[in-house]
Amino acid sequence: MATLATREAYGLALKDLGDRNKNVVVLDADLSKSTKTNVFAKAHPDRFFNVGIAEQNLMGVAAGLAAAGKIPFVSTFAMFATGRAFEQVRNSICYPQLNVKIAATHAGLTVGEDGASHQSVEDVAVMRALPNMTVIVPADAAETRQAIDFAASYQGPVYIRLGRAAVPDVFGDAYEFHIGKAALLADGTDATIIACGVMVAPARHAAEQLISQGISARVLDMASIKPIDKEAITAAARDTGAIVTCEEHSIIGGLGSAVAEVVVENVPVPLERVGIMDTFGESGTPNDLLKKYNLTEEAIVAAVKKAVARKNS
Amino acid sequence: MTQKLTPQQLTELAERAKSIRGNILRMVTEAKSGHPGGSLSAADILTVLYFAEMNVDPATPKDADRDRFVLSKGHAAPVLYATLAEKGFFPKEELLTLRKVNSRLQGHPEMKKIPGVDMSTGSLGQGLSAANGMALAGKLDARNYRVYALLGDGELEEGQVWEAAMFAPHYKLDNLTAFVDFNGLQIDGPIREVMSPLPIPEKWQAFGWNVLVIDGHDYQAIYDAIQTAKTVKDKPTMIVAKTVKGKGVCQMENVVDWHGKAPSREECEKFLAALAGE
Repeated sequence: MATLATREAYGLALKDLGDRNKNVVVLDADLSKSTKTNVFAKAHPDRFFNVGIAEQNLMGVAAGLAAAGKIPFVSTFAMFATGRAFEQVRNSICYPQLNVKIAATHAGLTVGEDGASHQSVEDVAVMRALPNMTVIVPADAAETRQAIDFAASYQGPVYIRLGRAAVPDVFGDAYEFHIGKAALLADGTDATIIACGVMVAPARHAAEQLISQGISARVLDMASIKPIDKEAITAAARDTGAIVTCEEHSIIGGLGSAVAEVVVENVPVPLERVGIMDTFGESGTPNDLLKKYNLTEEAIVAAVKKAVARKNS
Repeated sequence: MTQKLTPQQLTELAERAKSIRGNILRMVTEAKSGHPGGSLSAADILTVLYFAEMNVDPATPKDADRDRFVLSKGHAAPVLYATLAEKGFFPKEELLTLRKVNSRLQGHPEMKKIPGVDMSTGSLGQGLSAANGMALAGKLDARNYRVYALLGDGELEEGQVWEAAMFAPHYKLDNLTAFVDFNGLQIDGPIREVMSPLPIPEKWQAFGWNVLVIDGHDYQAIYDAIQTAKTVKDKPTMIVAKTVKGKGVCQMENVVDWHGKAPSREECEKFLAALAGE
């Protein structure tokens, strides 16, 4: 199965978007080789602007470009886009609802060896809390391409969370991403696994493993964290009676919280969250870190069994 | 040497500025909060920009070719609102709704709500970056509009200002002209005591800007500086405007307490009288 990091897919999608839409401009803060905006820069040097290591100005310049009718895509690591420049994203972009697309790479633990200072585990939580912000966490290359095209066609701020490490393809080229809609990857009757980003592939494997253990699990890809697919979540709660969320992000404020909010307000059922347990990461290879922090197929299997047991108790 | 403003133009500017200052006092008094001191210090700069220079039309506030103005020191919203109302962007009566619930006139400017406001500001240090982006877009689209920004002197303590200061000369944004409202005071006291951003002109020069130092209450000097900036190629211009906080109301001038305090109704009457007899 083909694998590609979502940041790599972003670089290619952005370049293609630039070919089609002359209004697209791209800004980076001295990380273009890592965020892959350098692919766009090479093809469209007149529409690429490096702002240097200055993330606050990065967001402000993007706001000004958007106010003057441009469609700016801005990239840096998720840590700096949402942490260092949080207030610029809030006050200069979200409050005036300017048409800025923040495609942040190197999100989560799979940054790997750089360690906790560079591993954003709370970016979805803070972006999701901002009024006017749309939040998307693509699972693979195909979904990333679709998310980029959606962002360009949508009027308003969008946060797209991308990863450093290669991830296996989940979707084929025929896949169509729709904002606010979950994608059904497998149907089931005993529990529903709702995953995003790098956790979608292990979620699907977990469901396959569970079949042999007599548990039938539905699997939903929830790339659209905000707006979230309330219908799919409430249907999952009604149909299967147990839910497990999986994300490479803190269990506080991210996908797990977003799903839990819908579940408790509509169809309260047992819910388990697989994610980073309110802690910082550390240095290591992406795979070693995913194992150490229990972001694995095995952890998802265990969480599903626990949720099903709670439902039946 | 730029063109001399005619006596009629000078008289008109003085009358506009006086009307704007009166409305600043009335709206802040009615709101019972707000920032009169730094609004009054910037009133002459905005008057010259909006009544002698900028290509803006209240009938087409979103025109793609219009000049832009970013009030980076967003707490001086009263001077921006009073100027926009003076220019005809919205009725002057609406000024008295400042800071009240359901008003379009938020405590700090919100571009989605009020025609003529080109950027939402208020959190200090962010406006020059947005002005950079607007100027860059103008270059990309080969439009001839100019972008103006007004910063506070205390605001220069924000780190983002210097990120933005590096950017504009790097991308040769000669369609950008910024002002520092150099009134010397911030909330907690004189800027040189709180956290000195001095020397101001030398800092901008070192960052690669064309720098002019003027009297920020002299209409001809403000006008000349704006014209000079338009002739400079490949560099943005920073006009360091020496101003007096509370300018025009003798009881408020250089009094730090009037940074963010509203006059009572009685005080307002006295201040309006002082303004009229100026």
